[in-house]
Amino acid sequence: MQFIWAFLLLLPNLTASAAPNGAELYAQNCAACHGSDGRGGVGVPLALPSFLNSVDDGYLDTTIRLGRPGRVMPAFAMLNAAERRAIVAHLRSWQDKDSPRLLLTDYRPGSGDVVRGKKLFGQHCSSCHGERGEGGHGTGVTFSRPRDMPIIAPALNNPGFLAAASDQMIKATLINGREGTPMVSFLQQGLREQDIDDIIAFVRSFALTQGWQPGSQDEPWLEMESSYTLEETVEAVKRAALGKNFRIIREQWLEDGFFAEEEQHREANIIYFCNFTFINQALTMDPRVGLFMPCRITVVEHEGQVKMMSINPKYMSGLFNNAELDEPCEEMYQVYLGIMEEASL
Amino acid sequence: MRCLSASWPALLLLFALHSTALADGLMMVRSEQGFPETMAILQEEITQRGYTISRIQRVDVGLTDSGFKTDMYRLVFLAKPEELRDLTTRYPQLIPYLPWPITVFAEDHETLLVTANPTELRALANNNELKEIFARWSQDFHDILEAVRKEN
Repeated sequence: MQFIWAFLLLLPNLTASAAPNGAELYAQNCAACHGSDGRGGVGVPLALPSFLNSVDDGYLDTTIRLGRPGRVMPAFAMLNAAERRAIVAHLRSWQDKDSPRLLLTDYRPGSGDVVRGKKLFGQHCSSCHGERGEGGHGTGVTFSRPRDMPIIAPALNNPGFLAAASDQMIKATLINGREGTPMVSFLQQGLREQDIDDIIAFVRSFALTQGWQPGSQDEPWLEMESSYTLEETVEAVKRAALGKNFRIIREQWLEDGFFAEEEQHREANIIYFCNFTFINQALTMDPRVGLFMPCRITVVEHEGQVKMMSINPKYMSGLFNNAELDEPCEEMYQVYLGIMEEASL
Repeated sequence: MRCLSASWPALLLLFALHSTALADGLMMVRSEQGFPETMAILQEEITQRGYTISRIQRVDVGLTDSGFKTDMYRLVFLAKPEELRDLTTRYPQLIPYLPWPITVFAEDHETLLVTANPTELRALANNNELKEIFARWSQDFHDILEAVRKEN
């Protein structure tokens, strides 16, 4: 009993001493994509003065909480409110306290015309943000590869963005632009405030559209039986991969590198193959896709039956929270099935 | 009261798990070290935890040989040998996913590491034994990446 009272008395001290450390939380959860100093990388740069001066804490907090479904940024649902506040405070530490805030706190939203806004959006915004506000391509382009811009145009139709961004914030961004990014001031481009209100009304109408859903209903692996021997099937897989413009880069037993040659169970043979043009395109979309590489089909002899197996790229794709990977993953799925089908003929 | 005392370790475990919660389908960290230093630390952390690296795939070499520009980009494949043998015999559906890859790539003078979070591959771990194994892998890979991140 004394033990429990001691614990309960200690608890407030424990929680006080464990007050969230924003810098450490940022390093753990954010730095991998946004850079140790917020200069960006896979994720957008956060340390831009024009960004920090034009968003409020609510925007940053909601963005951490909900992420951007289908646009790489995950929802950090396991961070509590105090931890999110600590991260936001850390981001604010990069802000110059004397620089002007670009928030429009006295703005009264809800006065825009959606139909006019659609037309204006098509004229002034869609070339970067897409016709339906789907954003620029190549989300997740890292500095490890050649890149044209430090920032990709955000997806304005994303439910995470729409929940996080206030009308005031969108209006301030349209009026002032974002220095250091391709976003210019549309007031200086000749739009009037009413035009900007109309555009905001149109952006808000995106909330009615269906958001991205990951295709995680697929089986995690693909397999197909072969009526040939293991060796014959390995050769058939290699021929089929070559026929689909892949280069065979390696062939090895599953246990290679784990057991000495004489101790290995040789029942699973992995054929690695690559198409470097395809890899380059995929890495340009998302540098994390190395986890799919190299393409591999394993020929397995199990209980007298030979079969071919591979990961299912469509299933794996769900881990990446990147809608742009849906198409190449579908393509790779078809390639794997095509090679297995051809090898089993 | 005995019952409450017995739950004390569980309470501690809850605190510990909270601090190592994993957010996402992928685990990703940034090392402030350069690529060669990060690779050396990663290999040491992997072997310290009883895993074996079967090979390292040099994706950047293939890309540059094909005329594409890229910084250092490698894949490190790892597993515990006996566990690999046992699991792939009893659960052949794991074969396409093993050995487990960690992607390592340079970004200027820093290095990024990324791997899939095993506990997120729920459809692959279709019984309690596999769920426990995937949870252990998840913790191990998280610890490995965190150790690399903190090594500055």
